[in-house]
Amino acid sequence: MTELMGEWQALLVLLLAGFLPNEVWRMLGVWLGGGLDEGSELLVWVRAVASAILAGVIAQILLMPPGALAAVPPTLRFGAVVAGLIIFLATKRSIFIGVLGGEAVLLFGQWWMG
Amino acid sequence: MALPSPDSTTWTSPSSAFLLGLRSAATTVLSLVLFATYIGIGALGHDTGFSLFWVLASTVLVWAGPAQIILISMLSSGATWLQTAIAVTVSAIRLFPMVVSVLPMMRTPTTKKSQLILPAHFVAVTMWVECFRLLPQVPRERRIPFALGLGTGFVTVCVSANVVGYGLAANLPQLFGAAILLLTPLTFLLSTARNCRELADYLALILGLALFPLAGMLNTGVDILISGVAAGTIAYGVHRWRRSR
Repeated sequence: MTELMGEWQALLVLLLAGFLPNEVWRMLGVWLGGGLDEGSELLVWVRAVASAILAGVIAQILLMPPGALAAVPPTLRFGAVVAGLIIFLATKRSIFIGVLGGEAVLLFGQWWMG
Repeated sequence: MALPSPDSTTWTSPSSAFLLGLRSAATTVLSLVLFATYIGIGALGHDTGFSLFWVLASTVLVWAGPAQIILISMLSSGATWLQTAIAVTVSAIRLFPMVVSVLPMMRTPTTKKSQLILPAHFVAVTMWVECFRLLPQVPRERRIPFALGLGTGFVTVCVSANVVGYGLAANLPQLFGAAILLLTPLTFLLSTARNCRELADYLALILGLALFPLAGMLNTGVDILISGVAAGTIAYGVHRWRRSR
């Protein structure tokens, strides 16, 4: 890619298409949220919206998976995530063990289906 | 590893709070998940012909896994910078409510907004979850240096993983490609679930998953924003309604 565009141009694209689109939201958060009180009722709504948007990102990746994940059948994709969630709940909410469990289901499923 | 108690003398200087933040990043198991994800991003960058420096710069400057995956895959598949910028902007909307909900935990009445810029830059899913878990154990006036140490630690983990992934790229077995890509939805789901405190948070997560496919049918380009605001607002409404009874 960088051979195609040249290093400086690739870095400029990184700033315009990668850095700014993310930083704009973070700085908007500092500007608008930097003064909110921790116990404020508005924060309950903001946190709910943050969780729901993250949930949307999760659903999007599972329904329209990128790259190599698209080659995995939907039942295995969803099955691995559901298994991870169940293991997470069963282990007093350990993210790490849940992630390992979900990944193990995916790898085993891929191996089993050849 | 447990943090010292809030009245411990360890917290008396900002620099030791920074070091405790670094140590927390080094000892949390979520760093292993980040490491694996960023091995994947390093390998993706290598396979699509970006320079190692560019990949490392993207980790430090963008600092959001899904955005980096979109950025690299769209640019390498021939999309223009403007198309890519729009897609990344939409994917980054989540950062706004995350920053808004985490900063009030860090500020004191005398904190200036400029002191919040770097902590806000470090906000991404892992940082968000770990701040909710760890900041309550940190004395309020030391939370900013602690968060800076935590963020610096996570960036260091990811940059190292990029170097490893970039170097290994050609030797990574095909089987692991899908496994690395599954890390993002898995960690996002479990992290968000662990951050749930009240009914509103649980409802938001479940409704957010359920409403996305519906909003997706609208094909607006900002479907995630529509389903997220709708699900979050319904969840908040239920929370208000239950409390008012």
